[in-house]
Amino acid sequence: MAITTLQAAISAHVHDGDTVALEGFTHLIPFAAGQEIIRQRRRGLHLIRMTPDLIYDQMIGAGCAERLTFSWGGNPGVGSAHRVRDAIEKAWPGPLAINEHSHAGMAAAYVAGASRLPFGMLRGYTGTDLPGVNPTIRHVVCPYTGEHIATVPALNPDVTILHAQKADRAGNVLISGILGAQKEAGLAAHRLLVTVEEIVDDLGAPMNAVVLPSWVVTAVACVPGGAWPSYARGYYSRDNAFYITWDEISRDRATFTAWIDRYVHGTDDFAGFIAALRADGVGP
Amino acid sequence: MSAVPRPQWTPDEMMTVTAARMLWDRCVCFVGIGLPSAAANLARLLHAPDIVLIYESGTIGTRPRVLPLSIGDGELADTATTVVPLPEIFSYWLQSGRVDVGFLGAAQVDRFGNLNSTVIGPYDRPKTRLPGAGGAPEIAIHARQVFVVLKQSARSFVSEVAFKSSAGFLTGYGARKASGVPGGGPQAIITDYGVMKPQAGSEEFELVARYEHVTVADAIAATGWPLQVAATVDVLQPPTQDELAVLRDLHRRTREANSRPVKLPV
Repeated sequence: MAITTLQAAISAHVHDGDTVALEGFTHLIPFAAGQEIIRQRRRGLHLIRMTPDLIYDQMIGAGCAERLTFSWGGNPGVGSAHRVRDAIEKAWPGPLAINEHSHAGMAAAYVAGASRLPFGMLRGYTGTDLPGVNPTIRHVVCPYTGEHIATVPALNPDVTILHAQKADRAGNVLISGILGAQKEAGLAAHRLLVTVEEIVDDLGAPMNAVVLPSWVVTAVACVPGGAWPSYARGYYSRDNAFYITWDEISRDRATFTAWIDRYVHGTDDFAGFIAALRADGVGP
Repeated sequence: MSAVPRPQWTPDEMMTVTAARMLWDRCVCFVGIGLPSAAANLARLLHAPDIVLIYESGTIGTRPRVLPLSIGDGELADTATTVVPLPEIFSYWLQSGRVDVGFLGAAQVDRFGNLNSTVIGPYDRPKTRLPGAGGAPEIAIHARQVFVVLKQSARSFVSEVAFKSSAGFLTGYGARKASGVPGGGPQAIITDYGVMKPQAGSEEFELVARYEHVTVADAIAATGWPLQVAATVDVLQPPTQDELAVLRDLHRRTREANSRPVKLPV
């Protein structure tokens, strides 16, 4: 485990062609890390995420990905993820292959990955057309009852990236609030990068809290605000207004590209990104 | 439309109130975002104070003061009895059969209550790529029953969905049960014209109730299959002043909360 900068962590641990999961279900979405991947112009990534919302809209629109494994892709409560749609419907900025699941299927696949089992299983997908378009959804026969149970191959990303509230100086990470599949995706990965709101002397974690011990974490970077426009419980709330604004920014290829050029490629890091938004009167 | 004057409420309000009335106190309800969430919370604020609301983000027994924009707004966690990891919500809480009502929306529904939230047109060359199924495939099979809330049009109410994202009665006539799909399936579709329920036997959805200002002919015209009509079509009671006041207050609080600027502490 190393406490380092976000730039150094992405540079060292995210490579072209990697399978990369950025998790966080509405809460604690690692936006700063996603933008740093865009800034470092990673290409050919296989992106995994249950809910490819604004963060993957940005990464896919910026040309980082050639494959997406997911279960719901939209702008939550607002509408379409326009860049994800454009990539699937019209191959812009490049073709995007998809492996589509349900949430329960993705969750089972992460649990299997974290457990180093070959597959996850669930009573799921029954009566749907999803197995017809995703041949990795299969079945096993229960050896005890003979029941047919759906299976999904384990997800074991090369890299999982999370945002969390706190790490201590040894690199132990505390997550609280809505967890999504953060813990499972983190433990399923070969490398785990975590950005945090702050680094503290003592996590003060209650017993049974979700703590990722330093020895399963590859690198920690302190990036305050790094989940914006999603939120970090105890630090700032979800910027619902920005999610609504994103619909306008992302709808059009030129407007989107200008936004990425100005605020992501045109800045050195996340602090610069926020400063640029504020300079234009649209910052949080 | 008939000669009855336009009502003093919106179609969304009428649908939300009608859906809310179908929920009961202490019922365990797995809630989708949007109209289902508004209806479930309206029920909680009116006649079902101890309804248990579960959102797929892992919040159980949540009592939000404002409606969430997303399925995982902080408000849902802050007001929940407990917040569990996502794999747990689908396995220990949904798959285990603890949910009475699954409350879903979709882009399309067909005459057997199958839902499409995945794609319009061929999957490989989509005309419109929709967000995808999310939690719905398993909600649709593990909840004891499912209610669907969806605005009616011939484009959204189709004879057969282009893609089955979640199972209704499949091809009807017992096909769901025969294929081993658990759960009671969709028991009501609440629309802006009225309410549809599955016919005994065929399991095809038929019109069983309409709003006062809507005719049966209107409802048939807004359906993409030859809609059957129950022997008796009830007229739904219009929203009461109390129902409207509580709903509008909830929306007002929600608008205020969503317009509050977020300041990063950095």
